[in-house]
Amino acid sequence: MSISRTRYDAVNRIFCDAIKDEAVKIPIIIDNRMVQIEQGTFIIEAAKKADIVIPTLCYHEAIKPYGACRLCMVEVVQNRQRRLVTSCNFPVEPGMEIFTDTPGVRKIRKTIVELLLARCPGVSLLQTMARQMGIDRPRLKKRNDKECILCGLCVRFCEESVGVGAIGLSNRGTDREVATPFKVASDVCIGCGSCTYICPTGCIEMLPDEKTPCLRSMKMEGHSCPSCSNNYQCDSCATDQEFLVEMRRVVSEFRNLAEKAPS
Amino acid sequence: MDCDRIDSILESYGYDHSAIISIMQDVQGIENYIPEEALRYISEKMELNLARIFDIATFYKAFSLEPRGRHTIKLCCGTACHLGGAAQNLDQLKRTLRIEEGGTTEDRLFSLETVNCLGTCALAPVVVVEEDYYDSVKPGSLGKILSTYSSDSED
Repeated sequence: MSISRTRYDAVNRIFCDAIKDEAVKIPIIIDNRMVQIEQGTFIIEAAKKADIVIPTLCYHEAIKPYGACRLCMVEVVQNRQRRLVTSCNFPVEPGMEIFTDTPGVRKIRKTIVELLLARCPGVSLLQTMARQMGIDRPRLKKRNDKECILCGLCVRFCEESVGVGAIGLSNRGTDREVATPFKVASDVCIGCGSCTYICPTGCIEMLPDEKTPCLRSMKMEGHSCPSCSNNYQCDSCATDQEFLVEMRRVVSEFRNLAEKAPS
Repeated sequence: MDCDRIDSILESYGYDHSAIISIMQDVQGIENYIPEEALRYISEKMELNLARIFDIATFYKAFSLEPRGRHTIKLCCGTACHLGGAAQNLDQLKRTLRIEEGGTTEDRLFSLETVNCLGTCALAPVVVVEEDYYDSVKPGSLGKILSTYSSDSED
């Protein structure tokens, strides 16, 4: 799809004017709205600033973007070229125009949800999403009865935020799964339970274990978030903030304990 | 597990995290597979997450966490080889070695793998033992090929 010359010039003029005003921040256009944002921030953040909700499953503010679920696809118009990118890990640049709700984007998102639903038919979050996107009856046969969508949130959270890295993804293709190394009980897991909280589908369960009972002091009741359609990443999400504070407390408590008693 | 050899491999790559695949390939070269302890040792020495290394080790087909035979037999099952009778060759190999695809003989001499195309369709049907290519292989000629490797190891 090409954009008419006059429209391109008009957009360019607006950008040039705006750049003069603001030195540090750059202007971008999201859904025909101008937003001033620092260069290098990801599109999803810019959209949030403009109060535009982009659905996503694998994105969380607290950790680095990964681009696994492909649900946050948006259309970016740059240098008179239109293309689809994942908004969670695509940095904004001057002269960029972003469309988050075009027919093409909607179609792609719908397909992704359909595919995920075929993989995990029992997950309520996906069922809600499908309903919102107007999928009455999935076209695809339900082949699996898995609950994990391989978003990698638990793995990345454990590694980046908790700083432990007890679980990881293993194998590939249809065999890909989240597992501990060699599929034996991890000897580095501190039992903080952040993986159970962060999981968008709620497929990780916490079981009592004699090895690390005293450390599991996080308040977990009602903290698992399978029902939040925006993956608990709105600015105002109190539950999420509360959780992050609690998680940091548990981790630092664990670190102190480990320092006091070096084995 | 040979800790000194792993140490020298790690040393030669300067404990560089980005060279992890090369390091693991070299470590695999020692015993033709990567033992669990070796992975744990690398993770500890390189201060790299074990989960991350396990991901790499299970992702790439080139790495094996199970013991493998001294000689790896790769049997091509691509289109040209298939038409040339790769299936019969495979059956013959399975019978003589008494293993399935992906398996290893009890004496740990041979591992059998099937590959989808080796890019040498002119030589079909192809069997590769270690680095040696054998062209126009027939079920009858497999015994001779295997015997050269069996006698090699006895020396």
